[in-house]
Amino acid sequence: MDNIRALIVDDSSVMRKIVERSLRQAGLSLSQVLEAGNGAEALAAVQNNQVDLILCDINMPVMDGLEFVKQLSAVNNAKGVPVVMITTEGSEGHVVQALSAGARGYIRKPFTPDQVKEHVLPILAGKQ
Amino acid sequence: MNTSGPSLTSAAGRDCWLPTMQLSMREVFELMLGCPLDTPTDPPPEEGLDITSMVGLAGQLCGILSLRCSARSAARMASRMLGVDVEKAGPEMWDAVGEICNMVAGNFKNKISGMGDGCMLSVPTVITGADYSVHSMVNENIRAIFLFEGELVVLSLEIHS
Repeated sequence: MDNIRALIVDDSSVMRKIVERSLRQAGLSLSQVLEAGNGAEALAAVQNNQVDLILCDINMPVMDGLEFVKQLSAVNNAKGVPVVMITTEGSEGHVVQALSAGARGYIRKPFTPDQVKEHVLPILAGKQ
Repeated sequence: MNTSGPSLTSAAGRDCWLPTMQLSMREVFELMLGCPLDTPTDPPPEEGLDITSMVGLAGQLCGILSLRCSARSAARMASRMLGVDVEKAGPEMWDAVGEICNMVAGNFKNKISGMGDGCMLSVPTVITGADYSVHSMVNENIRAIFLFEGELVVLSLEIHS
C-alpha cells in the first residue's frame, strides 16, 4: 500500500514515533505523517489536510480520542477515513464506545508491530 | 489482557494484585522495549531513583501507580522505545517513562475483573528529583521491584480506597 497519508494522535511524542515506525514495519509506504497531541489538534489537522488513515489514543488532555471520533464525522475532509484507536483503555466498554462512535479498529497498548499490521492492513484494503 | 483475572473487591482477589502488577510491567517492557526485566535476589539500595512517573486511578479503585528509576535508566528506556542511541533519546526520557507508567497502569487495570470500565486513568505526571514527599490517604501500598539492564526500577501502587 503506497502513498498513505497518516495522522497519528497521541499526547506522547514517543508513542507517536513508535506508531509511525510500526506502520512502516507493517509495510505501509507513508507519503505524509501528520501528528497531533490531542483531539482538538487532530480536528484542526483533518480540516486542513487530506488523510487516508488516523491512529488515535483515547486518554489525552484538551479533547480525548472518543470525543475526537464523534466530532470527526462532521468534518467533510474526513468522510470515510478509517480511525484505529491505540490505547491503554482496553475494557469491553471502551471498545464498544469507540466502535459506536465510528472507529474501525482497536489496538490495546502495549502492542507489537504485528498487531498494528493485523488491524490496519485489512481496514485499508477494504477502503481501497 | 482479558478482564477475567483477579477480582476488584474481594480480599482474596487483591492477593493476586502483586503478581498481576509484575506481569503487567513485564509485558510492557517485553513488548514495547524488547527487554525482559529481572527480579533482584538481593535488592539494591533505593538510591539515585530521581525520576518518578505517576498515573492516578479514580473510580472503583482510587490511588496512584508510580514508577521510579534513575535518569540513566529512563534515558535507556527511551532509547529502547525509539530505537535510537541513548544520547538522542535523552530529551524524550520524561515522555517515555510517563508512557511506560501509563501502559503499565492500563495493562494492570485491564487484567482486574471489573476494573476496566470502572476505573479511569489520569494522564501521566513525571517528577525529576528524589528529595520530595507524597502525602496522601493511603490505605495500602503494593510494591514490586525489578532490574532493568542491571539497574533498580520500583513500581508502586498506593491504594486510597
